[in-house]
Amino acid sequence: MSLLTGVGARPVSAPDKRPDDSRSRRRWLPYLLLLPGGAWLILFFIVPTLQLGATSLYDPTGSVTTGYAMTWEFGNYPDAIAYAGPQILRSFAYAAIATVIGILIGYPLAYAIAQKAGRWKNVLLVCVVAPMFTSFLVRTLAWKTILSDNGALVGFLRDVGILGADGRLLATPIAVVLGLTYNFLPFLVLPLYASLERLDTRLLEASGDLYASPTRTFVKVTLPLSMPGLVAGTLLFFIPAVGDYINAALLGNTNTSMVGNVVNSAFLSRQEPPQGAALSFLLMAIILAIVFTYVRRAGTDEVV
Amino acid sequence: MTNPSEAGDLRLSHVTKRFGPFTAVDDLSLTVPQGSFFALLGASGCGKTTTLRMVAGLEEPTTGEVRLGDRDITRLRPYQRPVNTVFQSYALFPHLDVFENVAFGLRRRKIREVRSQVERMLALVQLDGFTKRRPAELSGGQQQRVALARALINHPQVLLLDEPLGALDLKLRRQMQIELKRIQTEVGITFVHVTHDQEEAMTMADTVAVMSAGKIEQLGRPAEIYEYPATAFVANFLGQSNLLAGEAAGQSGGDVLVSAYDQRFAVPAPRARADRGEVFLGVRPEKLGLVAGEADVPAGHQSVRGVITDSSYVGVSTQYLVRTGWGTELAVFAPNSGAAAPLAVGSEVTAHWSPEHAFVLHREPGEGDRTTPVLDTPDAVGVVS
Repeated sequence: MSLLTGVGARPVSAPDKRPDDSRSRRRWLPYLLLLPGGAWLILFFIVPTLQLGATSLYDPTGSVTTGYAMTWEFGNYPDAIAYAGPQILRSFAYAAIATVIGILIGYPLAYAIAQKAGRWKNVLLVCVVAPMFTSFLVRTLAWKTILSDNGALVGFLRDVGILGADGRLLATPIAVVLGLTYNFLPFLVLPLYASLERLDTRLLEASGDLYASPTRTFVKVTLPLSMPGLVAGTLLFFIPAVGDYINAALLGNTNTSMVGNVVNSAFLSRQEPPQGAALSFLLMAIILAIVFTYVRRAGTDEVV
Repeated sequence: MTNPSEAGDLRLSHVTKRFGPFTAVDDLSLTVPQGSFFALLGASGCGKTTTLRMVAGLEEPTTGEVRLGDRDITRLRPYQRPVNTVFQSYALFPHLDVFENVAFGLRRRKIREVRSQVERMLALVQLDGFTKRRPAELSGGQQQRVALARALINHPQVLLLDEPLGALDLKLRRQMQIELKRIQTEVGITFVHVTHDQEEAMTMADTVAVMSAGKIEQLGRPAEIYEYPATAFVANFLGQSNLLAGEAAGQSGGDVLVSAYDQRFAVPAPRARADRGEVFLGVRPEKLGLVAGEADVPAGHQSVRGVITDSSYVGVSTQYLVRTGWGTELAVFAPNSGAAAPLAVGSEVTAHWSPEHAFVLHREPGEGDRTTPVLDTPDAVGVVS
């Protein structure tokens, strides 16, 4: 958990009082330490990103067998939007709904673990993380079974009348949103937990002493103080959820596919890499814009 | 009950607080008159902070009743009580600036005119111009004053102070003690101050209650308690006393006769808490005088002979240890007024005192002499202090 408890922590500068002899070595040491990570990022992030950017501007008339010509085809972008507009909108809508549900489930959970669980704290934390010991794919397939038309859940919902006699959960938007919520919940809960765990309960006492009811105390003290964790958690939840295609592919139908599914098919089945690359870049740009506005509005400079 | 000055008295009656098997506060009853500066003094774990938290509503008494004027506030939630607290840790809201910290209580009660009130309050604690600072950007003393302003601005009927000066260094502490006293006189609100620092309690409070093991050992004006302590604990917690184990043999001519270590002493009856059986004969170190021989003892004084085993010069006085014939070391504080030459370690002396400076306390059978002060460390973290 040491990584998590570091969320929001301010860096502490080390005092500079060593004699000169080790100075030159100390000046190089940070760069030396950066080297493995830096090389990794250049090789597996910067280079592929540039390649992806280039791909998005290739002449779309080419093919894998004939090769692609670099023609600075900016028209790929409007074409991609025209092709996958609904999927893009759907991705953000589903991810947003899932994030809201995630907060409604995750905040009370993180609060309870951090402040009320006592000696059960670590056990509960393990419970939050434990699903990640199995593969993402396997977990989503398990949801497919849970939500299946002749499963117990659908049977129960039909019996109590929430679902119609032939109502179903699988292959609906509900299933996709549920899947997203489930799969990304730990990424929301853990940073929130780290934030709430550091919450000084004496501040809550002080707030109560100063005429704030428990509800006002939550709004005016607990929530603002857990904001760094909430922002970090929602970002870790929302960003992968927008780009996810497994949940839509396994739990949805053709009318619930998200932008990730379009990118997937563009590269792997339809053989239209320029379109897939253009969509990927578009997605990245929109997410960055959203993140920046969000972080600005939330006023937590400690997260990014 | 009809006396108007009693309308806002804080009254605790038979209050007990247990944490599991541990009794933090044991059948405690006390009345804090409206407008007074009241100090709860005691060592760590004596129940003084728990008592304070029950008045604030942060703990609920196991049994007993807390009343404010004629209102029973025992079960009210903290935010429903006209009581505010200055916490030991200050508990300032780190996400709010000084202005919003101080305005917090007003905003929660939907009071208008926040700005002028906050500014007036910050002027009172001499923090004008700090409105935009965050608590982390303030020194300990400044944080302490923000905490005070944040509580005082609500004009509570009772202001609770939980070791508010504990984290400050000595000089700032003395300064804040005078400040607090000044502010209390100015606003006229009842202050209940919890502290383990006896000097702090004595300099600031009108009334001091000395607590030990969840009970009040003695309650009174500081000078009363100091000059005539009620128990051996108080005698050595509030300052220091030389307590000699003896036997009292009743009164004779207005004096209580005490025999200790084959010597007989007389103490005026009004200064004796017991006049028969096992007692302590007590004298404060500064009430003892040192002379070379018995012949030099002033008329009417009583004396004990001994040898000086230690002398420490502390500026205003020299503190001697005098070992008596039976081995107990008495503390003697001789003022450095220049009237007498310092005495060397090893010299034979006679320690003497005037009978009206001595006092007689009850002693448990088998208890021996007690001459060292009850030491206390600042409160450990926890609710039971």
